[in-house]
Amino acid sequence: MAKQTSVEIVTEWDIVAARQLGRNEAKALGFGTVDQARITTAISELARNIYLYARVGRIDIERLDEDGKQGILIVASDKGAGIEDVRKVLEDGYSTSGGLGAGLPGVKRLMDSMDIVSKSGEGTTITITKWLR
Amino acid sequence: MSLKVPILKLYDCLIVSIQWELDDHMAMMFQEDLLNKLYETGARGVVLDLTFVDFMDSYIAKVIGDAINMVALMGAKLVLTGIQPPVAITLVELGISLNANSTALDLEKGLEQLRKELGG
Repeated sequence: MAKQTSVEIVTEWDIVAARQLGRNEAKALGFGTVDQARITTAISELARNIYLYARVGRIDIERLDEDGKQGILIVASDKGAGIEDVRKVLEDGYSTSGGLGAGLPGVKRLMDSMDIVSKSGEGTTITITKWLR
Repeated sequence: MSLKVPILKLYDCLIVSIQWELDDHMAMMFQEDLLNKLYETGARGVVLDLTFVDFMDSYIAKVIGDAINMVALMGAKLVLTGIQPPVAITLVELGISLNANSTALDLEKGLEQLRKELGG
């Protein structure tokens, strides 16, 4: 557990700030251009979900170093309405906002792991990781 | 706060190269600007170059996909060029199809392709 950085998501420009921070961290950790794009895209999707559904929240980015393995951990958290049916939001094409419905299932495919903790009325915390290969 | 995406006219085509990271607002403005410019100039084709775009999320992809459909509605053709490997990979993994019938490796090939499709 080393450096941790974060961005508060309040306006749509904070989405840009969050993904730029993620890209810089991914680059600094030595991820290649494809993984940098995956991480940047995943952060952008999560930050946009916060902005669209919870209005405010935060993105925390942390460098991982476990048993000599390095990686990046991103936590997207908000105190919004929460996700009613976590299984449903992981289905391709499911959207309540008229978007592409590619968001969360797509993010899961871009990353090595994704964990969603959500309570109706209390908020949502999504944790994603990517390991350096 | 937002910069505008420059749209150039070359003969009967519009050339657009996205040179920096688009925020949501800039992406929507770009869509409108492109359609207005198409209307004003009577251009028959558009080359949209994404060489300098190093990532694309579902929102930007939707704006670009919608722009492709809108350009088609106005009777013009759009060729998408310069999509970088990381962008192609992440778009497919995200599960997004851009609805791009016409793509080319780079701007030059895109222009050639467009001229061919426009029949001259």
